[in-house]
Amino acid sequence: MATIDTYADSGHVSVSDWDHRYYHVDQVLDRPGPRTDPDFIPGDAVKSFLRDQCKILVIGAGGLGCEILADLALSGFKDIHVIDMDTIDISNLNRQFLFRPKDVGKPKATVAAEYITRRVPGVTVTPFYGKIQDKDDDFYMQFNLVICGLDSVEARRWMNATLVNLVDPERPESLKPLIDGGTEGFKGQARVILPTITSCYECSLDMLNKQTAFPICTIANTPRLPEHCIEWASVLEWPRVHGDKKMDTDDPDHISWLYEVALKRAKEFSIEGVTWSLTQGVVKNIIPAIASTNAIIAASCCNEAFKIATSSAAYLNNYFMLIGTEGVYSYTFEHERRPNCPVCGGESVDIQVPKDWSVERLIEMLVEKQDIQIKKPSLSTPTTNIYFQAPPQLEEATRPNLERLVSDLVPEGGEVTVTATTLPFSLSLRITYV
Amino acid sequence: MLKIWTLKKNEEAAAKKKPKTSAAQIRVQKDLTELDLPSTMKTYFPDPADLLNFTLTITPDEGLYNLDVNGLPPDHTCIGMYKGGAFNFIFQINTNYPHEPPKVKCDQKIYHPNVDLQGNVCLNILREDWKPVLNLNSVMVGLQYLFLEPNTDDPLNKEAAEELRRNRDQFVQNVQRSMRGGNIKGEQYANVVAK
Ligand SMILES: [Zn+2]
Repeated sequence: MATIDTYADSGHVSVSDWDHRYYHVDQVLDRPGPRTDPDFIPGDAVKSFLRDQCKILVIGAGGLGCEILADLALSGFKDIHVIDMDTIDISNLNRQFLFRPKDVGKPKATVAAEYITRRVPGVTVTPFYGKIQDKDDDFYMQFNLVICGLDSVEARRWMNATLVNLVDPERPESLKPLIDGGTEGFKGQARVILPTITSCYECSLDMLNKQTAFPICTIANTPRLPEHCIEWASVLEWPRVHGDKKMDTDDPDHISWLYEVALKRAKEFSIEGVTWSLTQGVVKNIIPAIASTNAIIAASCCNEAFKIATSSAAYLNNYFMLIGTEGVYSYTFEHERRPNCPVCGGESVDIQVPKDWSVERLIEMLVEKQDIQIKKPSLSTPTTNIYFQAPPQLEEATRPNLERLVSDLVPEGGEVTVTATTLPFSLSLRITYV
Repeated sequence: MLKIWTLKKNEEAAAKKKPKTSAAQIRVQKDLTELDLPSTMKTYFPDPADLLNFTLTITPDEGLYNLDVNGLPPDHTCIGMYKGGAFNFIFQINTNYPHEPPKVKCDQKIYHPNVDLQGNVCLNILREDWKPVLNLNSVMVGLQYLFLEPNTDDPLNKEAAEELRRNRDQFVQNVQRSMRGGNIKGEQYANVVAK
């Protein structure tokens, strides 16, 4: 029987909490365990942080996202935000359990948020239907934690770089732990990224499975698989027939065209198995999704979120891999930072530049600087190529900048990216004028 | 909430803020400004501010080869057969570089076993063998190699590949004619003679 609990001791009043609602969860919040973080203070403060203050952002409301939202809501997070740019497709309904047939065509973020908010009393899920790139730093700054349940490498790279860049040495709260989950069939991984402290997503980019790409000559001459026929339709036939018109993999008419063309080709070569959904899968690079793998990975991510938000137990350091393709095998290891990671690695230097310095003078200074040892540096800002050593055309185009004042090209506090063969990756300068 | 900031203070590399230039952009800057191209290759940027879209022009020469025991060029290569031509390849790099390879197409209709009539190129490192550790220099060198050693095993222009396999002299003649804008087996090729 639900009763209204007034938490006399903490002064906390909530109409949605009933006796023993958090009985189980509170076991780990009311007393420390043997491996609890030394900073952990059991009791009301941590519960109040989790339930009244902690703001968590979920990226993606698909297979992983649905699981993540449910798990977070049921473990006591109450202020949850979710971003997703997709609408619900009928093919999602087999595993994205917050959606019903009547929701097909509606934004995933909105439907998922409404469902969880309605189903779990006291929890508010705030949806944003759109791209992560639509939001600025201020938006991301408001959260304590971010969980990614995405299937796109590109979106993950963006999110990772954004959170690494958000870190401001003057503001401790600018460091947002990122928990990243991913699945592929029976395989999956969950990892904790503490931006600028632990290895980041970009650090491990070369560990990723390669996207399957078939040799173009196989596609053109000796197709053996239905996928070869579909690739033929999308890589060779689409540009040949449609010229510069861009293929939109979200446009059902485009997929239908590719399907017809691929099917015809498959018949020619007596290949079976070209279907509409395989066509969509191949061109959108859809990875097979298994509901239970999503459940395992999402649960791991949410446990880490809970542990990090409450300090109630040691958190994952930092990479958990699940391989269910040959029996069940899991492996947890510390993925190391890559010193030449273009996002979190490389050197970064604050330098003071006299207002009347030309670019040439700045370059001279960089070359002379004993502690960085740069030869032939190329310089740019996020918006301008300042000076490039090569190729010849760009050297020529940027050469006039050598005589210009640095202060004309770079704002106060602005960033300059320096690359040079002698640098492992790049160096970033933060310029202040004197 | 975990006291990350205490961790942070122990981190030596921590105190610096990173630039907003994207990882792909930095990587392309590094690749381009460290290009070490022979005189047979030139890049052209229609918009010099846009590093992600450019053209590479290859003017092949004889390439490097080892002379045989008689001091003659080896006869299995068609040495310098594409010499005199200027071949343009359009590079399009997307923001997922170097996770994804650059997209490369020849913008002329050329007679080559590994380039089809739409300009698609069969070069393994542009698709199935691409790795993020490769760079633009590797791709450019790979493209140039196609003109020095056309490959009959992975044909995109089957006619040309068959000719090369069957009758090398005829193939070389076809190459020469195609480069002047000639017609081969009913197919009109682009005039690619270097100016
Ligand atoms: Zn990194």
